[in-house]
Amino acid sequence: MAFQNAQLTIPELEKKSIQYRKKILTLIKRVKAGHTGGDLSCIDILNVLYNHILNVSPATISDPLRDRYIHSKGHSAEALFIVLGDLGFFPIEDLETLNHFNSHYIGHPTRKVNGVEHNTGALGHGLPVSVGIALAGKKDNFPYRVFTLLGDGELEEGSNWEASMCAAHYGLDNLIVIIDRNTLQITGRTDKVSSLAPLKDKFQAFGYAVREVDGNNIRKLVEIFEQLPFEKGKPNLILARTIKGKGVSFIEDQANWHHHVPSDDEFTAAMAELKIAEDNWRVQYGNG
Amino acid sequence: MEMGRPNVEVLADTLLEIGQNRRDVLVVTGDSRGSGKLIPFGEHLPEQIVEVGIAEQNLVGISAGLASTGKKVFAVSPASFLTTRAFEQIKNDVAYSDIPVKLIGISAGVSYGALGSTHHSLHDFAALRAVDNIHIVVPADNFEARKAIESAVNYPHPIYIRFGKNSLPHLHDLDTEFKIGKAIVLKKGADVTFIATGETVFRAVKACNLLEAQGLSCGVISMHTLKPLDIEAIINIARETKAIITIEEHSVNGGLGSACASLLLQEGMHNLFRIVGIPDEYIVNGSQEEVFEYYGITPEGLAQSAQDLIRNVI
Repeated sequence: MAFQNAQLTIPELEKKSIQYRKKILTLIKRVKAGHTGGDLSCIDILNVLYNHILNVSPATISDPLRDRYIHSKGHSAEALFIVLGDLGFFPIEDLETLNHFNSHYIGHPTRKVNGVEHNTGALGHGLPVSVGIALAGKKDNFPYRVFTLLGDGELEEGSNWEASMCAAHYGLDNLIVIIDRNTLQITGRTDKVSSLAPLKDKFQAFGYAVREVDGNNIRKLVEIFEQLPFEKGKPNLILARTIKGKGVSFIEDQANWHHHVPSDDEFTAAMAELKIAEDNWRVQYGNG
Repeated sequence: MEMGRPNVEVLADTLLEIGQNRRDVLVVTGDSRGSGKLIPFGEHLPEQIVEVGIAEQNLVGISAGLASTGKKVFAVSPASFLTTRAFEQIKNDVAYSDIPVKLIGISAGVSYGALGSTHHSLHDFAALRAVDNIHIVVPADNFEARKAIESAVNYPHPIYIRFGKNSLPHLHDLDTEFKIGKAIVLKKGADVTFIATGETVFRAVKACNLLEAQGLSCGVISMHTLKPLDIEAIINIARETKAIITIEEHSVNGGLGSACASLLLQEGMHNLFRIVGIPDEYIVNGSQEEVFEYYGITPEGLAQSAQDLIRNVI
């Protein structure tokens, strides 16, 4: 099975991230709902996965050998839908119906949407399911990998730690757990809500091969994903240090943007900032 | 009635037989292979048993992941922990995600006896009946247990099958038709019919014999599938019998009795009707037999309930 999507270069990926941010904000603004902060925090990770790393495409979504991606932080649905639509898993116009009565496109991913592997939304579910898929891959001696993205607040759910013990017990080096470590949850700083730190030590103690990365830096993300698997016989964990609301100055690192919908003025200002980001990209790379 | 074995032993033997012929059949356990009688399965088919530790959420989540790749996954855990601790995983990762995991609740009802309410599952029918896209099967004897497991292998829907610990008498000929969703009519009667499920069915049969000796015409149905309910069978029985008594090893709230009452009332059937189960109270401690005795789930108790109902003295 060949990689069916065109594998984008780093400059192309960087441009894509700006475009995705504009699309996410436009979508949330139009439907007047969405998880703005978390979408913008994880979009660079989704971009690199789907446009450079994952061995999956609309043509191979039913292939038993495809790589799997499980969106455990299901509330960041808009980010996933924008990427899947961009890659042609469904016509991007379908997102016009987001949150409409009887639409398959709702505030959390479901398997009614082509490309979505598992229904998520309640937190702490993606990792156990991913462990199951990875275990099946080992049993069948299939080469696929299973990626799952968790929010850092989501780690307060105990099921993640149950699944982590299993992942290490079975030596699932085909499992890649990515933590969107933006340090914010709806109430405020994660460490004010429940002490997560020291996360790296915790994951190492649970048996993961742990790497840290700037989760909003495309080049660093590509480099880290290309090093997979990190250690034979150990599940992989990427602690992706991100900024919630990344890409728009006044949205960044603000807990109250968890699911805030931009006002008209905020939307205009956000799009203007992203336009500047695009202009800067052109200055750096030309019209590519 | 000739005595058989505990249904859980039939579960283990049937899984081993099927597993030896089908490498895609997996059993997932949460430190429960002993109580599931699955130690021989683990010894014969070590590659087909997955141990996840004492972690029911993990058990169901991992089972959903395995099954999403096409594996035929039997997730085996005590019914109480499986359907309570992992309820959200059952609701989201199995039912809502439409992944046909076979959830096997063992040591169900009050079969743990004096271990107390932590280990009893008297809520599982009610909990799972309220979840869309999951079917519920409760075998009444060794034949139904074997058929339920065999039917589950390729069953296209999420399914929950419930097993107790105690030996059960044989109720059926081996050529009896067994189909999930289709009740088995053991006997028809004009005065009173017991609609029973699981380990209460043989007690209903014995109660029926007592009532017939007292001159009543009595029927028994094994309602092995609680969901989808065999609507046609229940309506037919309601037309042919005067009084209906439902019996279940479950709370009187939300189980078989509630399902039948709801159906009959909405169909305009007004039979004399009584739900027998465990009442809504702090449960008395004791063995399954003692608890059943206390709540009248014995041949004598059930016969008395029928007489009272028919004489309208309740």
